[in-house]
Parts: sequence; C-alpha cells; structure tokens
Amino acid sequence: MASVNVNGRQYNVKLPDDTPLLWALRDELGLTGTKFGCGMALCGACTVHVNGQPTRACMTPVSAVVGAKVTTIEAVGGDPVGRAVQAAWVDMGVPQCGYCQAGQVMAATALLKRTKKPTDAEIDEAMSGNICRCGTYVRIREAIKQAAAQPGAAR
Amino acid sequence: MSARRPDSPSVETRPGSMPEAVIANISRRRFLQGTGAVGGLVLAAGFPSVARAADPPKYGRDGMPNGWVDDPLVFVAIGEDGTVTITCHRSEMGQGVRTSMPMIVADELEADWKRVKIKQATGDEKRFGNQDTDGSRSTRHFFTPMRRCGAAARTMLESAAAAKWGVPPSEVEAKNHEVVHAKSGRRLGYGALAKAAAAQPVPSRDTVRLKDPSQFRYIGKGQLKLVDGRDIVTGKAQYGIDTRLPGMLYAVVARPPVYGGKVTSYDAAATLKVPGVVKVVEIDQSPAPAQFNPLGGVAVVATNTWSAIQGRKALKVVWNDGPNASYDTPAFKASLEESARKPGKVVRNNGNFDSDLSAAAKKIEAEYYIPHLSHAPMEPPAATVRIVNGKAEVWGCVQSPQATKDLIAKRLGMKPEDVTVNVTLLGGGFGRKSKPDFAIEAAVVSKAMEGKPVKVTWTREDDLVNNYFHTVSVEHLEAGLDAQNKPVAWLHRSVAPTIFSTFVEGAKNEADLELAMGVINVPFDIKSIRIENPEAVAHTRIGWFRSVSNIPHAFAVQSFVAELAAAAGRDPKDYLLEVIGPPRRLTPEQLSDKWNHGESPELYPVDTGRLRRVVETVAREAGWGRQMPKGRGLGIAAHYSFVSYVASVVEVEVDNQGVIAVPRIDIAIDCGATVNPDRVRAQMQGAAVMGLGIATLGEMTFKSGKAEQENFHQYEVTRMSGSPRETRVYIIPGDYAQPMGGVGEPGVPPIPPALCNAIFAATGKRIRTLPIRDQLKA
Repeated sequence: MASVNVNGRQYNVKLPDDTPLLWALRDELGLTGTKFGCGMALCGACTVHVNGQPTRACMTPVSAVVGAKVTTIEAVGGDPVGRAVQAAWVDMGVPQCGYCQAGQVMAATALLKRTKKPTDAEIDEAMSGNICRCGTYVRIREAIKQAAAQPGAAR
Repeated sequence: MSARRPDSPSVETRPGSMPEAVIANISRRRFLQGTGAVGGLVLAAGFPSVARAADPPKYGRDGMPNGWVDDPLVFVAIGEDGTVTITCHRSEMGQGVRTSMPMIVADELEADWKRVKIKQATGDEKRFGNQDTDGSRSTRHFFTPMRRCGAAARTMLESAAAAKWGVPPSEVEAKNHEVVHAKSGRRLGYGALAKAAAAQPVPSRDTVRLKDPSQFRYIGKGQLKLVDGRDIVTGKAQYGIDTRLPGMLYAVVARPPVYGGKVTSYDAAATLKVPGVVKVVEIDQSPAPAQFNPLGGVAVVATNTWSAIQGRKALKVVWNDGPNASYDTPAFKASLEESARKPGKVVRNNGNFDSDLSAAAKKIEAEYYIPHLSHAPMEPPAATVRIVNGKAEVWGCVQSPQATKDLIAKRLGMKPEDVTVNVTLLGGGFGRKSKPDFAIEAAVVSKAMEGKPVKVTWTREDDLVNNYFHTVSVEHLEAGLDAQNKPVAWLHRSVAPTIFSTFVEGAKNEADLELAMGVINVPFDIKSIRIENPEAVAHTRIGWFRSVSNIPHAFAVQSFVAELAAAAGRDPKDYLLEVIGPPRRLTPEQLSDKWNHGESPELYPVDTGRLRRVVETVAREAGWGRQMPKGRGLGIAAHYSFVSYVASVVEVEVDNQGVIAVPRIDIAIDCGATVNPDRVRAQMQGAAVMGLGIATLGEMTFKSGKAEQENFHQYEVTRMSGSPRETRVYIIPGDYAQPMGGVGEPGVPPIPPALCNAIFAATGKRIRTLPIRDQLKA
C-alpha cells in the first residue's frame, strides 16, 4: 500500500503499487479533474505536477510518487501562478469542450513557474505535448501571455 | 423538480442546493396529475410542436424527429429567491451551446445573467423537442423557439405584476430581473413574482411579443463567459468518463478487431486472476449492419479501470474476422480509382458535358484521394448505467440522448420511459458521440451484473480501432476550358463508401445527404455540369465526422478550381469568383439537390452573392496578392455547407526540407445573424486547426480488415507546434429576421484545399493525396 501526498493530503492508496497514478487519482481518490486521453503519455490530458514538474499521470506508477508532492488541477489554483493561468483561461474563453484543459492548465502553470515571460517558441515547446482536439491553441498561447503579464503571478 | 440524489453526479452549472423552482413545480405537478386543463398540457394542445400534417413536407426544425418545443414551463423555472434556471436540451461538446442556448432565453426574459443557472435536460424529446446535437443545427433550429420561450415567461411575470398592482399589463415592463410600473415607480423582482407568474396563463404563441433585435442585451454581443469555464479550469466539470456512483464497477470491452467479426471462443482464466477483476461478460454481436448497436465482444468488469484494462490484456479471444478480413487500404484505394475512371450513376446533368468537353480548347483532369479519418475526441466514449427496480439510469457523453434512451430500452426490454439518460459534458464529439453504442454496452454489462452501476470506458486504442470511421474517397474531376479560358464543361465523379452502409445492408451509393455536401450542389456558372457517383462497398463501420462528406468534396472541388486557374494562367481568387459567377439564388432543384440540409428551398437557396462576399471579404482582409518571400504562398478556398458560407485564405511557409508552417489563416463566415460571436470565432479557430490536421497528418489505414493506427503516435493530430500562428475571423453581419446557418462544421472544409492551394503557390507542387505528411520532403 503506497502512501502518497496529493494536494497536501496524505492518502494510502489501496490499488497495487504499479497502478498508474492517473487511475489511483480518478478511481480511488475521486479526483476526476485529471483526465484520461491516451494512456501512453502522448496527449498530456493527465498532466499533474510531481514536485512542481509537469508529469503524465497515465505512465507514472503510484510507487514512483511515494515521498513526492503531487498537485492536481483541483488544487493548482492554490498557487498564484496556477490561479492566474485559470483566470486567463476563463477570461480569454480558451476552452471549447474543455476536456484537455486541465492538462493544458497544468502544463502552462509549470511553464510559467519555470519561465516568467516565455517566448512563442518556448510556449510551443512546453505545450506541444498537450493535444487539444477542438483546436484552442491560438487562445492558449494568448492566455499564457496574459497570465505571464499578470502582476504578482510569476514568482 | 425533484431533489438531486446525493449520489447522482451534478450536471448543474454551479453545485449547491437549488432554490425551489416554482414555475417548474407547478407545471410538473399538473402534468403528473394529468388534468390536461392547465400548465404544460395546455401548451401542448395550443402549441402544436410537430403535428402539422396539413402542410407536408416539413423542413428545418419542423422536419426533425419530435420537432421543437417553446413552452416556458419546460425550459424556465424561477425560484422565490429570484434564481432563474434555464434548461439546455442540447449536448455541450465545445460549441458553447450551454451558454448560447440559455442566453437566448435569458435575453428575451430580461434576466440578469448573474442570476441564471443552467440545468441540463435529460434525454426526452417529447418534452424538449429534438435533442440530436449534430448537423450544426442547434442555433438555427432553436433560436426562435427559445426566444418565444423567454418572451412568454417575461409576459407571465409582467401579467403577474400588473394583476398585483391592479394596472393594465401594457403599463408595466420587465427590465433586468424586475418588473417596473413607471407611472407609480413600483417595482417587483422576479423572485417575488415567481409564484404569481406561474399561475398566469402561458400566452399564446401569436401574442408573445419578441424584442426588437436592437434591444438585445446578450444575443449577438459575445460578452458573456462560458457557463462551464470556471468548472473546466478547476477540474470540477463532469464528463461522461467522470461519473462515479456508490458500488460502481468499471469495464472495458474486447471488441472484434474487424468490422463484422465475432467471438469464436475465449479463455478468461488469466483475466480472472488479475487483482480487481470481478467478472467477464460476453456482449452479443449485433447482426450487420451495425447501426448504433454494440460491436459485441467480451467485457472485463473490475473494481477500477486499470484492473479492467490489465484483465483485458490477459484475455485470450479467438475471433472469427468475418467477411471484411481482407480489407486492405492500398488495394481498396486502387479499386476506388478504377471505379472513378469509369462512368457511374449520373446524379446531376446540366447541358451536355461530352460535347462541350470535346469542343473545349483545353482539357484538364485530376484525381484526389482523401483517406479514412477518426474523430479522436479527447474524451473517448464512456458511459455508466445502473438498473434499479426495472428502471435504468444512464450517464453519458451522448450527442443523441433520445436515441440512447430508445436503444437501451429496446436492448434491455424496457419501456423508453423507464430509461433516464443524464447528459454529461462531452469531451469533444465531432459526430462520434452521436452513436450511442458505448452506452448500450454499459447497459448490457450492468444487466449482467444484476443492475450494479457499471462504467464502460473506451481506451484510445478502442476509440481508434473500433470507430465509426469517416469514409475514404477518390474524387475524379475533368473540365474543359474554352478559348477564353472559361470553364464550359465540368465532370465530378465521387466514389466513397456511404454512411448508409452502416444502417442499410448493401448500400453502395452516396446518399442524398452526402451528395448534397458539396459535390452535387456546386453553384458554378458552367454551361455543362455532370456529377456521377459510381458504387463503393463499405468494409468497415462508416460514420459521420465533423463536416462529413464536405471534407473530400470541398478538397477536390476547391483544389480543382485552383488547378483550372493555373491552367488558364489566372489569379486563383479572381478565377474562383468567375467560376461562382454573378450573384444569384439557386434552388436545390436547380442543383439536383434532394436534401438541402433538411431546410426549406424557399428560405435556404444557395446564394452565390453570399458565397462571393465571403471570398471577397477574406481576400481583402488577408491582403490577397501581397508579395510573398520565397517559399511562402497564399491559397484560397470557399465552400457552402450547413447552409453557411465560408472562405479561407491560408498562408503557408515551406522550407527547403519540405517542412510546412502556417503563419496565418484568415476566415470569413456568413452564417446569418449570430447569437454568440465569440463562439463563432472559436469554432472557426478550432476548425482551422482540425482542417490543418486533416490536410497534413490524419489517416486511418486498414490491413487484413483491422485499423492500423492505435494511438496518437500513429494517428497524428495537430499539436500547438503545427497550428497557425494567427487565425483571423471575419463574421459577415447578419439580420435576425433572416434564417440562420450552421457554425460547428462549415469552418473545416475550406482549410485543406486552401492549404494545398497555398503550397502550390509557394512551391509549384500540387497535392492531390491527403494527408500531405512527407510528400513535400526532398
């Protein structure tokens, strides 16, 4: 039984240790904001932060995050950068169906925490692992720039 | 309104306790009492929704199954705290319908949007009217009924206030969530009036006063944020795959890899040893054609999704692949090409193509190939079913909740009224989720598990391999130009397995609705036009994909017009306008179009003036004709679909390695007047990305009957790095008195030909086979 820290809370995960974090979050912990899209780390829908690093939960076994801090979309708003990203997403009307956007928000937040004012090339590089089938990329780029311009957002 | 069971997933916009909804309560109680004297039933009698037997044929919303409803008692509830709850009866899949549809009601109701909550309708077309969310139809079919709905509710509030104050109703006016009597300065909020308003008669349809469009506060403005936006970015939004119920089991299904195949035998011994696996359940194969029925196979039921997936990996199934086991893409492509080079069923014939072609000064011929595609919505199909006391409850990401209800009832041997379909958000639809096969699977498995709640999740591999695929086609075109380089003869042979093959055994010709998607109804000013449709046999499950047959047809037609321009030595935009010809209104009959998107020929002719206008607008705004550096080019394409007109200019950059980049796309759309222009822009931006993906990357191929692409490393879609740097959208202003057009689909078809025309301008290379992939590489 793996003990994992998710959104500041310690959980004892009953699923086998090789279960991907994604399914532990969704099926056992009830944190369904993290999405399943491909199961092969190809689409980014399941992106969470592990010690602040954007990580694909669908390919990360529960055992690999023992002792680490996992942050999911449900709690990323507790971070000022995450909150600024969420606000920019709503303000710019980024989502269409919205399914991939949890992963997009997590990837964008990780980018802005690393790079305060990313260039277009840096945005493309950081975000191209996240597929949006509705094609909201143009607005995602704009929203990242808006969030980056938010006073106090980037630390 | 019944209280939500604590274990039911919320489909309300904002979670929390709902205020008692006075209007809805009264109507529902009366309905249940079956008095027939007041409330909803009066409306049903007084407002005939579909039954207009005297004037067939029916078009538009009248022609849809179960038509439409504009009863305020069905769609609007006002609580005594003033909260206005508006029911959205169409499925949200990214088009913004849960914002746009209630906006229409709220505007006419003079409701303050901050005090509006949205409730999602369950599948019940008798109550709500047609709910089948596809065909880019929601706004154009429900704009007027929803306006009447809001206006009628507003009138009831005004009447209640007037009665209370003892003044004539003409002296009071509803404004921003309250009713005001200007003479006396009295005012009452909607909450205070809710109960009295509910007792007012619903005004008859002819007396309902609609706003003058100049008074609209939300419609056409685009200032409102998406109702689900906040929930989406905080992880609270509920999709089909997110359903959780007490005691729920999780299933994945091993389905026949080849369409028409079935289980010969299976061995579940290893599966049942996987921790968490509870049971395996065989799902009977439905006889071909599959329609919306499950493909059959073996479900693995477990206590969590991962165990189900692991259990399925351990399952040994011997399949009988059936009659489609020899389906091979290269051989099938060759057979389509062979058919396209021989005469086929003539579906339109104007003038005399043969004699005009032989008299022509120049003859041009080209053939285009467009492969199978998969929708690949980011949320794969997923649905949950629970059966309690002979009643089934369903939660799913379905575009067609009524079909889901009817088919589950049929499969379980229940009455449709004993099946409740809760519509969640859809994580993308694109036509895939019109087909409720996945929800029926969940029902079958739940029944086998004594009615326990069972969620069936499709993995990405399931979604790609067992899809309802977009068809595959060869488009063969020939044209003759006269001495002045004007086209005088046009032949288009379109060969593609039909969607109808999925519904009707042995269907081999494109159906009226497929032909009407840009092959038969080309509105061109050409003396002789002949359209032919040779037969093609389907060997997999064909279904509709966002913009459907417009994809291959527009690609071929708009590429070919540019090829003619090149042969004529003319500017492609000028030549396109000449081929479209002068502004005129063409009836579907003149174009041999028997479908016309289901719309009235009087209200919806093909207006070449509007088509010209989007071409001229986009060319002007994109700076058509501007000097381009080496390796860069502009391409243009225009297409009429879903009764809207769209033209696009794509700017492409092709480097010396043959790598494509798209700095900019300009799109002009004329869809008539708009409800939510920001969502129209969003749909065009998204269509540009999807169109680029179709042109550059997307292809499903088959080998020995089985789809070869299993996940996103093989079925590639556009990522941010491949998306346009900039997309500019121009919406042609419309008149609310005129019919509206579709928005969700018509942005897609012009993109692939505009891109390929741009590549031709940049490199001189003509792309005739999609996807482009590495065709430009040295």
